[in-house]
Amino acid sequence: MRNKLNMVQAINLALHQEMGNDDSVVAIGQDIGVNGGVFRVTEGLYEKYGESRVIDTPLAESGILGTSIGMAVAGLKPVAEMQFSGFSYLMFGQLEGHAARLRSRTQGAITVPLVVRMPYGGGVRALEHHSESREAIYGHTPGVKVVIPSTPSNARALLVSAIRDPDPVIFMEPKRSYRAFREEVSEEEQTMEIGKAQVVQEGTDLTVFAWGAMMRPTLQAVQEVQDQRGVSIELIDLLTISPLDGDTIAGSVEKTGRCVVIQEAPRSLGPASEIIATINDKALMYLEAPVRRVTGYDVATPYFGRENAYLPTSGRIHRAIEETLDF
Amino acid sequence: MIVNTCEQHAAGGKPAYELDLRERTFKISHLQILDEKGNLDAEREPNLSAEDLIKLYRTMVLARAVDDRLLKLQRQGRIGTFPLCTGQEAASCGPALAMTPKDWFVGSFRELAGRLLRGEPIENGFLVFNGYEEGNTFPGGERTLPISIIIGAQALHAVGIAYAMKIRGETDSAVVCFVGDGATSQGDFHEAMNFASVWQVPVVFVCANNQWAISLPREKQTHSQTLAQKAIAYDMPGIQVDGNDALAMYQATKEALDRARAGEGPTFIEGVTYRLMMHTTSDDPSRYQPPEQLEAWQGRDPLVRFKSYLEAKGIWNDKQQAAMEVEIKQEIEDAVKAFEAKTDFKPDTPFDHVFGTEVPKIEEQRAEFLHHLREESTDA
Ligand SMILES: Cc1ncc(C[n+]2csc(CCOP(=O)(O)OP(=O)(O)O)c2C)c(N)n1
Ligand SMILES: [Mg+2]
Repeated sequence: MRNKLNMVQAINLALHQEMGNDDSVVAIGQDIGVNGGVFRVTEGLYEKYGESRVIDTPLAESGILGTSIGMAVAGLKPVAEMQFSGFSYLMFGQLEGHAARLRSRTQGAITVPLVVRMPYGGGVRALEHHSESREAIYGHTPGVKVVIPSTPSNARALLVSAIRDPDPVIFMEPKRSYRAFREEVSEEEQTMEIGKAQVVQEGTDLTVFAWGAMMRPTLQAVQEVQDQRGVSIELIDLLTISPLDGDTIAGSVEKTGRCVVIQEAPRSLGPASEIIATINDKALMYLEAPVRRVTGYDVATPYFGRENAYLPTSGRIHRAIEETLDF
Repeated sequence: MIVNTCEQHAAGGKPAYELDLRERTFKISHLQILDEKGNLDAEREPNLSAEDLIKLYRTMVLARAVDDRLLKLQRQGRIGTFPLCTGQEAASCGPALAMTPKDWFVGSFRELAGRLLRGEPIENGFLVFNGYEEGNTFPGGERTLPISIIIGAQALHAVGIAYAMKIRGETDSAVVCFVGDGATSQGDFHEAMNFASVWQVPVVFVCANNQWAISLPREKQTHSQTLAQKAIAYDMPGIQVDGNDALAMYQATKEALDRARAGEGPTFIEGVTYRLMMHTTSDDPSRYQPPEQLEAWQGRDPLVRFKSYLEAKGIWNDKQQAAMEVEIKQEIEDAVKAFEAKTDFKPDTPFDHVFGTEVPKIEEQRAEFLHHLREESTDA
């Protein structure tokens, strides 16, 4: 059976199914139980699996991750929620110091299979700290995987894979896409390989790389340019920010010779830089034009009065694609 | 009395130690000056002028009216998400009245009432909650930090400010730091309590225990019977106060500030109050809040009892009340007008304030940003 679900419902489905499949999966976070999560992503879990597996914690992010590490070490599979990614920095010491390192510290004897879900990104007219895109911080932490879905169905499948992954996975949910659209999502179990980018659309003239909430304005820009100019554009959804799928990135650029990278986050030292470095390492000689990036700026994410001017738009993406085609 | 005997017996079968879990050896004082019905404990009545008492009352009424207006604007889509302060006016304004302009005000995010008393313009809240940083500062607000949305973080800033006062030998100033009950679970909060106590700095922590942190009830936030008792572990005075009693909140803070300024170190005040509205406009309390609890607390309204007190003192009457209501309504409407008339926000302001020095990379990006804005407007 297939249902039309939005991303919130699709993630909720993944949580329900994985908690049903595996008794060791627990959900932990602020307001995730009785309240069903501030975005209702964990709706119904508390009623179904009870308070010992759906844990409403005191207000402490470091506490949530630190105890999740302990649970994971002892054989549970915690799916922790940071209410917003802007509050996740309070748990960073536990992540970098322990979740990411226990495997290497013990040479594989102790591992930390857990998932940290967090809504991220702008465009929802929210308060300060509720709109940033800081995947680079987590992507820069060895030992941690960073997954960013873009649609209801890939969110559902990737979350199941993240829960089954043997290592810590940061799962960043583009909150702007939470209820933006619906998609058919299968009731049947679905997984998706972590660490693999997805070619959403094949093309021969130019490649566009994007992820998360940027996929929607990117798709729009790609369609416009194709319609207006009759060119063939390859669109790649990264899905995993770390470890990056270098082969898919290089393979596409070898074919098209031109590319544009779209990143909501501030420009410097982010995934876009890493993608360009990967092209430099693996496919530089195939390039026919410099790689363009469309990104946020290196400023504090502005309060929402100015966020529309800050966030990359389909217009900006459109122009960058045309300029790269015309180079 | 229940005594928990340690499992591990020492040689000879005698327990190595005994844990007495029920018989508390500490006591937490509870302060109330004005009860729910407006009865006064005359012995403890603070020595406040009629002018100050009326200012306190007026600000509480103003804060509630602003909340009300903001809520309407939010529901009409004319403003963004915001936290409501209704029900907590006394816990915020009482302490604010005890402060002088030389004291630092370090607020949580639900501190509208105290901020208004501190002199912050009404428009500021409108601006911040409609997405403009411009509402974070105001003339005369040099010793007022902007709201802290990161729960509990501000407690450490308060202690740092108090340390600076201490080493500069300022004896006429102190810091008041507001936190919620939820904040007391954060590491930052406990670090702040510990640092404040180790350093013996002039800071007063005022905790608005409004019984909820979004959907988490107080008893799931902490297993302690009171929040005030947390101070004991840091060897700091900790008291519980009726947080809906503006006189008690004032008096408790005043005494703590006097001690702080005299070099006698920090204090922790738990103001027992209640969040009468939703957490923020995005929240739906019907999912978690028992209606009987809400109803019980509606009967303990801080504004109602304070009005009776003023009337009993003979410094307030219906005529004054009616005049004040008209005035407040006008004041708020003027603020809404001023706020809605302001549309000339400089688009590249975020680039002005990344650093205090000019950085070429930021300027390059500013130029690019402005270029894109022009392109977008020609696209449109
Ligand atoms: C570090 C951090 N984590 C989570 C949040 C989301 N959040 C906002 S308010 C709140 C509850 C705060 O409870 P409390 O301290 O009791 O203050 P109250 O809302 O009751 O005034 C939470 C969890 C946040 N703002 N900051
Ligand atoms: Mg609270």
